[in-house]
Amino acid sequence: MHIKYESQLREPLVYGEKTYKQVTEDIVRPIEAKPTRLWYIGFYIAVTLLMFGVYSVYREVTYGIGQWNLNKTIGWGWDITNFVWWVGIGHAGTLISAVLLLFRQGWRTGVNRAAEAMTIFAVMCAGQFPIFHMGRVWMAFFVMPYPNSRGPLWVNFNSPLLWDVFAISTYFTVSLLFWYSGLLPDFATVRDRAFTKLRKKLYGIAAFGWTGSTKHWQRHESLSLVLAGLSTPLVLSVHTIVSFDFATSVIPGWHTTIFPPYFVAGAIFSGFAMVQSLLVIVRKVFGLEDYITIGHIDLMNKVIVLTGSIVGIAYLTELFMGWYSQNKYEGYTFWYSRAYLFSPYGWSYWGMMACNVISPQIFWSRKMRRNVFVTFFMSIIVNIGMWFERFVIIVTSLYRDYLPSSWSVYYSPTIWEIGFYMGTFGLFFTCFFLFAKYFPVIAVAEIKYVLKRSGESYKPGMTNLEAETAEEFAHNHAH
Amino acid sequence: MAQKKFVVGCFDDEATLFPAVKQVRTAGYKIKDVYTPFPVHGLDHALGMRETSLHTAGFIYGITGTTTAISCISWIFTKDWPLNIGGKPHFALPAWIPIIFELTVLFAAVGMVLTFCYLCQLAPGVKKHHFHKRATDDLFVMVIECTDKTNADDLQALLKSNGAVETETQVAEDGWWFGTYDKEDDLYNQKQLA
Repeated sequence: MHIKYESQLREPLVYGEKTYKQVTEDIVRPIEAKPTRLWYIGFYIAVTLLMFGVYSVYREVTYGIGQWNLNKTIGWGWDITNFVWWVGIGHAGTLISAVLLLFRQGWRTGVNRAAEAMTIFAVMCAGQFPIFHMGRVWMAFFVMPYPNSRGPLWVNFNSPLLWDVFAISTYFTVSLLFWYSGLLPDFATVRDRAFTKLRKKLYGIAAFGWTGSTKHWQRHESLSLVLAGLSTPLVLSVHTIVSFDFATSVIPGWHTTIFPPYFVAGAIFSGFAMVQSLLVIVRKVFGLEDYITIGHIDLMNKVIVLTGSIVGIAYLTELFMGWYSQNKYEGYTFWYSRAYLFSPYGWSYWGMMACNVISPQIFWSRKMRRNVFVTFFMSIIVNIGMWFERFVIIVTSLYRDYLPSSWSVYYSPTIWEIGFYMGTFGLFFTCFFLFAKYFPVIAVAEIKYVLKRSGESYKPGMTNLEAETAEEFAHNHAH
Repeated sequence: MAQKKFVVGCFDDEATLFPAVKQVRTAGYKIKDVYTPFPVHGLDHALGMRETSLHTAGFIYGITGTTTAISCISWIFTKDWPLNIGGKPHFALPAWIPIIFELTVLFAAVGMVLTFCYLCQLAPGVKKHHFHKRATDDLFVMVIECTDKTNADDLQALLKSNGAVETETQVAEDGWWFGTYDKEDDLYNQKQLA
């Protein structure tokens, strides 16, 4: 939103001959239609995965953390790897909706709704891991500071793990509020064209009685802008604080000052990759190619190649510092445990390098950035790479510590650890399938706002510009 | 609740809406509201509305969060239960900055959304009269409340001459009530969608 002037040379954000009515039709129609067979198949697969996850968690809660292959040396394994991975993915939504709003990037309107939904579901998945890692999950509320009968014994406000509790819960709450306040007008649109009683009733409740009054819109705009302003430092703070979980420790490989920017770049990198994976499918299935255009995909791939390269520089800086510091523990971690291909976990380090740093360089080519299949394939590769990154950071730093007597045997997960991870995929996709079916996947009101500025049929574009003489151009486009 | 009489004019383009707003206001009518499917920038000024102070409220909620965090944590760690953490100072302000920041954002965001809902009288289950169903779709709906002196026919003619595609006079509830839209409203005719 908030584009005042849109260059004629810029690609349109909405393709095709659209009117306001057509925009509503295109985006709301999938909600009103019966779900397709493909939707049911996908939904049932997701629910099955979720059930497997629930059973895995049940085992862990009933029999304890021993159901996982964590041990005295490797106290964090797949669980925290998955936590950081999901939280990272959860960064793209708020980045797209908040940071791009502040930077007046009109193209965010096509993708923000789905990206924010993805953020919320990803953070929900992330939250499961530290909670169930506690072991006695029924005491999870002990992390909240409240006057209690145990002293009162308070939480440790100086601990990054507690900062995480505050950061993640605040991030989840604010993202949810931002997302839902944007949804109100669109729910009202669905409500007002409902032709079944149940739909009218449910969307009526969900829309909170939204009417579209000018004063309400004025407040809504102010609310969005301030929430965007608040969310921008918030989104940066969340992964910064997650990185503090590692950086404030004294473990070689974790104890580094570049962690905050490196983690934030990695989070944006993986988040955009996940947005690409989902939107490439959504735009095809719901026929929304006019709104989530190839131009959007191109722009997001540019973000991916930028953040991927930042992450690459961070990896190289770490290796350099491993040598330059002349600290033998650092050197051992970086040059043996990680970068030496034939060390026990060397494969994960080089898997990470290949997926995160080398392969995204393909996006320097415009042709590749605008290829849907390459984009989808690369988005999966990037997310595999980013999972490896967290695995590398956690496991290779832990499995050989200062005392060779406590060096761990090779750590590999049990079926219940894998099941828990699969279960979060189930949770994520169950939520996403429900979202895609019952919610407007594109912000209808925001698309209408940009339509006359940036719609293809409203933009004269190059053809008109080339027809103008220099004097006419100067006259018509002077501001 | 009060039943009131309104004149409704629907416009299908914001380009005709702005001059119409100006004409209607110049003619001495008081526009109750314009319902639009998306935020039309500048319409609030054209209607003579003042700027919203919602962001000021947000600022106040934010500093409330900051103060809450600082006062709670410092009381807990210096007075109520001074925990010895590696002999470090009890009043460890730099280590509290993350939580202070998070609470600032949390208070501001939650407070602003609640204030927004209160000011706009929005809540689950709230129902308001809709002057036109397409106001959330593709029409810009101008609503003028009739007084004793208002001649509804004249006003409709004025709206028509200023580019309104539909005009009508409605008697409707002002304000909101609890209810669901399925009971009181007739449903959108499926044929209209085609």
